[in-house]
Amino acid sequence: MARVVVDVMLKPEILDPQGQAVQRALPRLGFEGIRDVRQGKRFELEVEGPVDDAALARIHEMAETFLANTVIEDFTVHVEDRAAS
Amino acid sequence: MTARIGVITFPGTLDDRDTQRAVRLAGAEAVPLWHRDKDLKQVDAVVLPGGFSYGDYLRAGAISRFSPVMETVIEQARAGLPVLGICNGFQVLTETHLLPGAMLRNESLHFVCRDQKLRVENAGTAWTTDYAAGQEISVPLKNIDGRYVADERTLDMLEAEGRVAFRYLTEGDTADGYGNPNGSLRDIAGITNEAGNVVGLMPHPEHAVEPLIGTGRTDGLGFFTSILKKLVNA
Repeated sequence: MARVVVDVMLKPEILDPQGQAVQRALPRLGFEGIRDVRQGKRFELEVEGPVDDAALARIHEMAETFLANTVIEDFTVHVEDRAAS
Repeated sequence: MTARIGVITFPGTLDDRDTQRAVRLAGAEAVPLWHRDKDLKQVDAVVLPGGFSYGDYLRAGAISRFSPVMETVIEQARAGLPVLGICNGFQVLTETHLLPGAMLRNESLHFVCRDQKLRVENAGTAWTTDYAAGQEISVPLKNIDGRYVADERTLDMLEAEGRVAFRYLTEGDTADGYGNPNGSLRDIAGITNEAGNVVGLMPHPEHAVEPLIGTGRTDGLGFFTSILKKLVNA
């Protein structure tokens, strides 16, 4: 078993009011110096069998068609822990 | 022959009964359709009603887009079947790419529920012929994911082709139903596809079809009488 992570973020040009709300709260809580916050989504996939090129290609397709809406979001795929057991 | 208008129920749909009622008040037969069925029961048009299909857990409308019934709807909509998406139904239509753009969390981050004033910009779609271009109507609005976005090129294309079907009225006091309730780009409340058979909008015309409830007006009934007229004359 291996863990593959898909990170989904709103495209930079898309307004992210959730991230802004977090950013506005930070100075109130005493955390200074954060110029901007953007909030995204992280999917952790526990994959059966080997994470070979074919498996990664399937996950890429899954991210593109379903996990992310590419009209508004970008995504990245990476294998986090190939040896997890 | 009575026109048959299908109303799809997904798990989490809320407004299917109201929509069926609006269809009947307009004089058509309402045909309930279930998200697992691929068969559309030979309906003449389909409405995707409001609610929170599949809980909207991934993104609003994202999971329902892959339901068996939507596979058939997508195929037939491309062939000309009239489809109206209201609120969550509009979100489903953008996720299917039958309509361009996408829907995001309201700019205010608040759930907004109020009577909303709109301008009908395109009275030539399958669902708007009983309105006049420029006509102002008031129908209820209730959403948290109602911020319509698309890239500038798409927005310019929609404007140039007259495909912005409805806009929020922005003059005057916001508390009075004026103003953009969710931060949608260019005050867009609803759009249509190129052929005019697929229409999506965030506000809820099906809640303004009887004088006793909703806005106290019947401004929303025109959607359902428009499609009925189109189908009967077809």
